[in-house]
Amino acid sequence: MTALSLFEKIWRAHEVLPETAGAPAVLYVDLHLTHEVTSPQAFAILAERGLPVRRPGRTLATLDHATPTESQQVFGGVPIRIESAARQIAALENNCAAAGVELFGLRDARRGIVHVIGPEQGLTQPGMTIVCGDSHTSTHGAFGTFAFGIGSTEVAHVFATQCLLQRKPKTLAIEIGGRLPAGTSAKDLVLALIGRLGVAGGAGHVIEYRGPAVRALSMEERMTVCNMSIEAGARAGMIAPDETTFAYLRGRPRAPQGEAWERALERWRRLPGDDGCAFDRVLEFDAGTVEPMISYGTNPGMVIPINGKVPAAGDDAFHKALHYMGFEPGEALAGKPIDLVFVGSCTNARLPDLRIAASMLRGRRIAKGLRMLVVPGSQQVKQAAEAEGLHRVFLDAGAEWRESGCSMCVGINGDTAAAGRYVVSTSNRNFEGRQGPGARTLLASPATAAACAIAGRIADPRGFAA
Amino acid sequence: MSGQGAAGGNDVRGVRVIRSRTVVLPAADVDTDQIVPARFLTTTSRMGLGRALFADWRYDAAGAPRADFVLNRPEAAGCGILVAGGNFGCGSSREHAAWALLDAGIRAVVSTSIADIFFTNALKNGLVPVRADAATHAWLMVHPGAEVEVDVAGSVLRLPDGREAAFTLDPFARHCLLQGVDELGYLLSRLPDIEAWETARRG
Ligand code: SF4
Repeated sequence: MTALSLFEKIWRAHEVLPETAGAPAVLYVDLHLTHEVTSPQAFAILAERGLPVRRPGRTLATLDHATPTESQQVFGGVPIRIESAARQIAALENNCAAAGVELFGLRDARRGIVHVIGPEQGLTQPGMTIVCGDSHTSTHGAFGTFAFGIGSTEVAHVFATQCLLQRKPKTLAIEIGGRLPAGTSAKDLVLALIGRLGVAGGAGHVIEYRGPAVRALSMEERMTVCNMSIEAGARAGMIAPDETTFAYLRGRPRAPQGEAWERALERWRRLPGDDGCAFDRVLEFDAGTVEPMISYGTNPGMVIPINGKVPAAGDDAFHKALHYMGFEPGEALAGKPIDLVFVGSCTNARLPDLRIAASMLRGRRIAKGLRMLVVPGSQQVKQAAEAEGLHRVFLDAGAEWRESGCSMCVGINGDTAAAGRYVVSTSNRNFEGRQGPGARTLLASPATAAACAIAGRIADPRGFAA
Repeated sequence: MSGQGAAGGNDVRGVRVIRSRTVVLPAADVDTDQIVPARFLTTTSRMGLGRALFADWRYDAAGAPRADFVLNRPEAAGCGILVAGGNFGCGSSREHAAWALLDAGIRAVVSTSIADIFFTNALKNGLVPVRADAATHAWLMVHPGAEVEVDVAGSVLRLPDGREAAFTLDPFARHCLLQGVDELGYLLSRLPDIEAWETARRG
C-alpha cells in the first residue's frame, strides 16, 4: 500500500469521477458556506437556467461581509445605512428562503463571519471537503479538511450539482519545529512564514502544516495559521486532526453526538498522513525564531519583526509599496504614530484573540486621539466575551465594541479608515485600499495591536506585561 | 478601453483567437482588491463592473481620471489584451475581477504567473488567462501597444515579428474556451454519476 497524505486521503474519498488528461476530477463538496456578497450572482445563474439548489442541506448561509456592525443598524431598528448592502442582505434572505437553504439571519445569535461560525457550530469536521465564495475558506483546513475558496460561478456549480470540477493540486509540507517564544502568537508565525515563502510561494499547492510546533497550537491558533495560507498563494492549508481537534468539536451543536460521535472519531483517527507519505515539496521552519511581526508594505509577504527595519532596497513594486505606506527604505517602524487599531476578522477575532487583547488593555486606556474597533468574529464570540466582561475592558479603555462581521477587514460595510491613516489590524490583507481608499494597513497579532493601541504608536507587545 | 465585450459572466461563446494591441500594467502581485475595490462588491449583478476596474488607480479621490494611469491613456483605447507583472489576480476570490475586465473590453490577461482562483474565474467567463514564459513576458512588458495574437487552439502567443511562444492551457479548459462549452452543463451531464456516488457513500 502506498503511504497517503492527509490531503490525498480526503481527495480520494471525494472523487466522484477521477481526473483524466482530458477532464478534471468531479469532486464532491460536503459543506458549502455562503454569504451575501458572492452569492447573488450564483443564485442568478440558477434562476437563468431554472435549476434548483440540489442539496440545500449541505449549504449554510450567513451575513458578514457587507453587514453592519453598529448595534443600532443590527438590532436598533435603524435602517442599514448602505442601501446596496441592505439589498444584498434582502437578496440572500429571499434566495435562501426560496431554495430551502439555512441562513443565520441578521439577528440570529449564531450569525458571524463565515469562517468563524462553521467551526463554532461543529459543522466543520475532519475529512470534509468545504468550499465558500471567499478565499479564506482555507481556515477550515485547521480541522483536517480540504477547504478552499471559489468564485461565484463555481458557487452556482455547487448549488446545482454539489460538485466542482477540479485539477488535483500539488502538496507542500511545512514542518514546523521548535516552540513559539513568549510574546509571539500563531499570527506572528504565519506572517513570518509568508515572509519566507512570498505571496506566490504556495501557488498551485495545498499546504499541510506539520510538526511539534503545530501540534502544540490550539484550534483557534491553527485556524489563524490555515486562514492565511491563501496569502502565500496556496489553494488551501491543512493540519491533521488530533485530540485537540476532537476536544474542540465534542458537544458542538452540529457535531455528531452519541454513537455517531464514536464512529466519527474512528474515521477521523485514520485521516492523518501515513508514515512516509510523500509531498511535492517540503519546507522546514523553526518556530523558535519567530518574533512579533508587522507588515510594512502592501502585501502580506512584506513583513518584518516589530523591532526590525524595512529592507534597504528592492524592486519597483517595493518602492511603490513604500510610497503608498509613507515609509522609507531601511527605516525602523517601532515608535511610528498610528491612527486606528482594528481587532477583528476571521484571522483573529475568536475568543482567545479577544482575551489576549483585553488582558493587555485591562486597567489601561488607548492613546489619545486613537480610534480602536473591536469586532468579534461571531455573535457567539461576542456573547462569550461579554460573559467574561471583556467588553467592559475594551469600552473602559476607550475602544468601540461592535456586533460581529467582517467590518474593517474588507471595509464593504462602511467600517473604513480615511486616506493616509495608519491602521494596525489583526486581519489578513494589507493591500492598497483594503481598509478604505488610501488607508494604510499594518498587519499584526492581537497582542501587538493592543500594545499599539495603548502606545498610539507601533509598539512591541513584549514591553507591555499583561 | 471601451465599454463593449462580453458584459458579465457566463456568456461564454467560443474563443479561438484574440488579436489586439496590448496595454501593459507594469506592476507585480496585482491583487483583486485593486482590480475591483471592495466597495463595488455590494452589487447583486455581474453587469456594469467596467466602471469599477482599477478604480483607485484610474480615478483620484474626486473621481477625475488620473491621466498617468496606463488604462486612461488614449493609446489604451480598444486594447483587448492586458499584460501585467507576475502573480496577477492574487488575493480575494471575487469573480467581479474577471467580470470587470471583460466589461472593460479585456479578453486576455498575460503574465508570468496568474493566481489560482482568478485563473479559474477567468476561464469560467471566457477571459483567457495566459501564463507566458519569462522571456516573452519580459519583451511584452517593454513593448506596450504591440499587436499580439493569443491563439487558444494552438496555445501560442504570436508576437508582431512572427515569433511564437507556447503557453500551457489545461486541455479541458482549452476545449471549453474553443467550443464555448459551459462547465455547468458538463457537470449537470454527470448528475447520474453524482447520484450513484452519493448512494454508494450512504452505503
Ligand atoms: S473577515 Fe475578512 S477575510 Fe474573513 S471572510 Fe470576512 S472579509 Fe474575508
